[in-house]
Amino acid sequence: MEKFTVHTGRAVPLRHSNVDTDQIIPAVYLKRVSRTGFEDGLFAAWRANDPEFVLNKPEYTGATVLIAGPDFGTGSSREHAVWALQDYGFKAVLASRFGDIFRGNSLKGGLLTVVLAQEVIERLWAMVEADPTAEVTVDLQEREVRAPGITEPFELDDYTRWRLMEGLDDIALTLRQTEAIDGYEQRRKSWLPVTR
Amino acid sequence: MARTMAEKVWEEHVVRRAEGEPDLLYIDLHLVHEVTSPQAFEGLRLAGRSVRRPDLTIATEDHNVPTENILGPIADKVSRTQIETLRKNAAEFGVRLFPMGDLDQGIVHVVGPQLGLTQPGMTIVCGDSHTSTHGAFGALAFGIGTSQVEHVLATQTLPMAPFKTMAVTVNGTLKPGVTAKDIILAVIAKIGTGGGQGYVIEYRGEAIRALSMEARMTICNMSIEAGARAGMIAPDDTTFDYIKGRPHAPEGAEWDAAVAHWKSLSTDDDAVFDAEVVLEADELSPFVTWGTNPGQGVPLDSTVPDPAGYDDPTERAAAEKALAYMDLRPGTPLREIGVDTVFLGSCTNGRIEDLRAAAEIIKGRKVADGVRMLVVPGSMRVKEQANAEGLGEVFTAAGAEWREAGCSMCLGMNPDQLKPGERSASTSNRNFEGRQGKGGRTHLVSPLVAAATAVRGTLSSPADL
Repeated sequence: MEKFTVHTGRAVPLRHSNVDTDQIIPAVYLKRVSRTGFEDGLFAAWRANDPEFVLNKPEYTGATVLIAGPDFGTGSSREHAVWALQDYGFKAVLASRFGDIFRGNSLKGGLLTVVLAQEVIERLWAMVEADPTAEVTVDLQEREVRAPGITEPFELDDYTRWRLMEGLDDIALTLRQTEAIDGYEQRRKSWLPVTR
Repeated sequence: MARTMAEKVWEEHVVRRAEGEPDLLYIDLHLVHEVTSPQAFEGLRLAGRSVRRPDLTIATEDHNVPTENILGPIADKVSRTQIETLRKNAAEFGVRLFPMGDLDQGIVHVVGPQLGLTQPGMTIVCGDSHTSTHGAFGALAFGIGTSQVEHVLATQTLPMAPFKTMAVTVNGTLKPGVTAKDIILAVIAKIGTGGGQGYVIEYRGEAIRALSMEARMTICNMSIEAGARAGMIAPDDTTFDYIKGRPHAPEGAEWDAAVAHWKSLSTDDDAVFDAEVVLEADELSPFVTWGTNPGQGVPLDSTVPDPAGYDDPTERAAAEKALAYMDLRPGTPLREIGVDTVFLGSCTNGRIEDLRAAAEIIKGRKVADGVRMLVVPGSMRVKEQANAEGLGEVFTAAGAEWREAGCSMCLGMNPDQLKPGERSASTSNRNFEGRQGKGGRTHLVSPLVAAATAVRGTLSSPADL
């Protein structure tokens, strides 16, 4: 996983609430067995059918920070939603609330999801709509979002922050605990089912 | 200290606890399907890792599978590749797989319980958000992403962030014609799609206790639509009777020991939940959704809401957008909304009881002209049982299509899809834009409402027949 410390880039205002993972990437794109190349599926229906959709506006081309409405990433557990955002070029998503599974997936995969008050999101929306060239900085080191006229702290637990900043693979970390896992397995109830 | 059921199950599965780190939890059962697993197996391969406990892992083919002509090759090449990839991975890593054509094949959340693999007090995960279904047995069951699928395959554990607990209590008795689906749609409408975020919900109260296991699964299944991590119901005699005698259930002395332990899992009387929600069962009636998220639901007796009635600007905007997508006007009685398709099936409502309930309404009647009704059993065992009971004949005699098992039109990864602009009454779990096919419009309903709607051609309850 790529390390995340500080990212600065232009931002896209996505003024919709409840953007579920079916909207982020429709199911038809989930049939692939590869891990890359999901950018074509990102918001596919809205990009194809709505010329006014924000990602279709040239002024937001190349933006890397998504500023979304509340309850972004609800619904299906598809991690493809994270991959599609990353493959398209997004490094961070800011919103007042996220779907739990989506949030977990994003922080596993190095896409930084930042929770900010809706009032701050509104100010950021207004700012990037007024000036699409304005840059937003997401600083994981300082746990802070900065933009012209806006400086807001955000919370993220120390462990997740450390893992993201080091770009660590969770599985390798857990495999260091193999002895504890072995020990737990000795204590499991004898009636628990096996699939054989 | 007094604890909730979710906290007890969690505690029993802590492999390692360290200051400033998430708990490392042991996973008792890992369910796998073709869509969210290929990149996980590939990750193992690239890192030279194996599956730690193939004997706690089981795979089935469900999301992509066609529900007709299942013994021929899948026409869609990309779907075929994904299914073949699962078969290759299962063989290479020693994971037991139920492929198309196998009597045990079906939707992953129908297969686990019917085999007796889902038991109280277990931790169960799957790369699928509706894993919450298994919580109906008093298991702590949650959906995970593909990175976590790989993690569980490699280590049989997951580092998990702590959760909060929410009690949803449903008092009293349901009126006839009101079902578990109506309860959960009403809960989601009440607390919203984000209302459960960060919580494990425990469903309690007289109305919940009175439900069958299948109805309990319907409720827990849609916990995710309320934003919750998981949903649970305390195991009781209904649970034990359901499990007993199933292929993977404990037997003899082991059964007795298991039941004694399962009984100890219930929430302590003086335990405190972080949040509480109360509903009165006798106030509930058949519920349907009108919008594009599962929280946008109202009683069938009412009308399409007016966005102007929402104080919250975000909700108002969402309602306006939803009505435009759904092509509905405020004030329209829901009973006047005509549908093109009725879908009966999915991990929410594709079990035998759901089919029985719908068949009872359909029997001796006909699906309305111009309406297509698709009946898709949740598993091949469900199909076998339904045929044995004559339900398949009831559906076909009424003019419905009686298909093979799979996820089907719940998410349209196979050929069962709505066409742009088509409208469905669907017993599935998501009414998102395009969920059942590009441009398709979905109304979520119970199996009873689905059956009555198929007969009348407009959203209806059995009382309308």
